[in-house]
Amino acid sequence: MDLIKAIEAEQIKEEIADFNVGDTVKVHYKIVEGQTERVQVYEGLVIAINNASSRKTVTVRKISYGVGVERIFPIHSPKIDKIEVMRRGRVRRAKLYYIRDRVGKAAKVKELIRKKAK
Amino acid sequence: MLGLIGKKVGMTQVYDEQGTMTPVTVIKFEDNVVVGKRSVDKDGYEACVLGTVDKKAKKVTKPYGGQFPEGVEPKQFLYEMRDFDLETEIGTKYGVELFEELKFVDVIGTSKGKGYQGVMKRHGFGGGRKTHGSKFHRANGSTGMAAYPSRVIKGTKMPGRMGGERKTVQNLKIVRVDAEKQIILVKGAVPGTRDSVVLVRRAKKK
Repeated sequence: MDLIKAIEAEQIKEEIADFNVGDTVKVHYKIVEGQTERVQVYEGLVIAINNASSRKTVTVRKISYGVGVERIFPIHSPKIDKIEVMRRGRVRRAKLYYIRDRVGKAAKVKELIRKKAK
Repeated sequence: MLGLIGKKVGMTQVYDEQGTMTPVTVIKFEDNVVVGKRSVDKDGYEACVLGTVDKKAKKVTKPYGGQFPEGVEPKQFLYEMRDFDLETEIGTKYGVELFEELKFVDVIGTSKGKGYQGVMKRHGFGGGRKTHGSKFHRANGSTGMAAYPSRVIKGTKMPGRMGGERKTVQNLKIVRVDAEKQIILVKGAVPGTRDSVVLVRRAKKK
């Protein structure tokens, strides 16, 4: 099994933004259009993180033109340029699937206010 | 034929430069040593006997050890390669470097045992309806005609032991050859459990 871990370790990115479930993030991902490559930004709420070494994925949800959109990003993929944290959220569970059933203000996650390190 | 005896390590997924994910099986090789040769004059066919993984000296019986020429350690796993592509001599060692130019391989292994299985899983029968008054669910149905021939034809598909047999998967793409770790990654699944012995050979149909 160690061999498999070694293969996966090669693909794990070292610098990954430190974010948690409940945070609002901006995912910059590369798209290839014919010859050119450009970066698109997808902003939304992290509702789930699935850890599996190099196959770690993050589910990001946003409301786009009144329609709920969820995208799952493999964060160690070379297609992911970077992930920016916009806002920290205060949540009490690891998966925020309940957000899917809520509309408007009820679907909000409170901002996490952290004490400053002394 | 060109091939080596390896061990299935397990499965994972790898990204390529474009960011596409590929499911791969990792196969590890220890030194494959030529332990014998068969020739047309003596045996009626050309072949090269490959062996891998040293066998404990204590475990080697005299008849088993007797088949190995001098200077070659007794090996656990042996395979006769018919019409080996390379000119070889007894004692030559091969590693994954053999696969560097290949694009596709066939992998032969022993599939996982599934136990006693019904006809739907074992032979892919359709089965019947579950509801709407149906009384025919997963049974095999008719097994033949009546007064003539008054018996079941040999080879009729029926329930029974499934798996644990030699299986070949053809045309698996080689994703990566790692000479340092002596492993190769092939796209897709390979028969057998983890740590089971598999034979990897050049794809016959590519």
